[in-house]
Amino acid sequence: MGEVIVVTSGKGGVGKTTTTANLGTGLAQLGNKVALVDADIGLRNLDVVLGLENRIVYDITDVTGGHCRLRQALIKDKRYEGLFLLPAAQTKDKTSVNPDQMKELCGDLRQEFDYVIIDCPAGIEQGFKNAIAGADRAVVVTTPEVSAVRDADRIVGLLEAAELRDPRLIVNRVRYKMVKAGDMMSIEDIIDILAIDLLGVVPEDEMVVITTNRGEAVICDDRSRSGQAYRNIVRRITGEQVPLLSLEEGGLMNRIRRMIGFK
Amino acid sequence: MLDFITRIFGRESNASKNVAKERLRLVLVHDRSSVSPQILQDLKADLIKVISSYMEIDEEALEVNFENSENQVALIANIPIKNVKRPANVV
Repeated sequence: MGEVIVVTSGKGGVGKTTTTANLGTGLAQLGNKVALVDADIGLRNLDVVLGLENRIVYDITDVTGGHCRLRQALIKDKRYEGLFLLPAAQTKDKTSVNPDQMKELCGDLRQEFDYVIIDCPAGIEQGFKNAIAGADRAVVVTTPEVSAVRDADRIVGLLEAAELRDPRLIVNRVRYKMVKAGDMMSIEDIIDILAIDLLGVVPEDEMVVITTNRGEAVICDDRSRSGQAYRNIVRRITGEQVPLLSLEEGGLMNRIRRMIGFK
Repeated sequence: MLDFITRIFGRESNASKNVAKERLRLVLVHDRSSVSPQILQDLKADLIKVISSYMEIDEEALEVNFENSENQVALIANIPIKNVKRPANVV
């Protein structure tokens, strides 16, 4: 029996889809069978982020509407053994799926997969309710900005109300230099405010833009800091204890160390 | 240069992240209380229970709200009193 994890944030543009793609790819690289579900109906994006946009035949509403079998709609990512995508519909809206259908879908998927990761749409309306309906666990993504943290707090409240207890936090796009200068909230500040457990911290990284341009996941880039951060998060999801990347790692000494071959 | 000096000395108090954190803390008190009106209801019921053993209050007109003033969030309760009970232990 697999586990269903929903990736959510409230605010848009904080990196839910990127996070979903990287967690899925990372879990598949570790030998897990993973299904990624794009629940953002009407604004599908997980397909382009994964570079699978040309292979879509059926989508999630075809499955819930009974127009095709689940197996037919799942797109196999040929680059990674065990990674599959269930794309969102692009021409319909969020009301074309309901929470009961999502529960059933997640129930079917967890029979076949080790991990089912759901990319939740931004907002707190129907799309959000659908996305969380079948989930066992929730990951909340935020960035160190007041708007994103505020929305994350709202999401934590709504998850609790939906009995999805103990969501875990990913703080994305952290700029260590600004944190050091006191011009960006630190991880401690954010944890202090939201009072939930930390799953990981992902530094701001241009490689995310570059790899996404190509339809690849940054987690496959061995040298990037964000890739390393995602690899750590993936290991934590599988239950391993992995220490946080420290603030100092991006510093000069570390760059030198990495240049001369000490990791 | 001045910027460099302020970076070293006394930066902590006016660092923009502290402003962010403080603003968030305030706004979240409001947000959280609106997420669960149930909590306010429970609080009201408890207040009525406690105060009623000392005085008779107008339960219908009782108001409990959060108010934001300057940099504090306060819980404001307006509790109209109908009658104060006579102390039982006085002969």
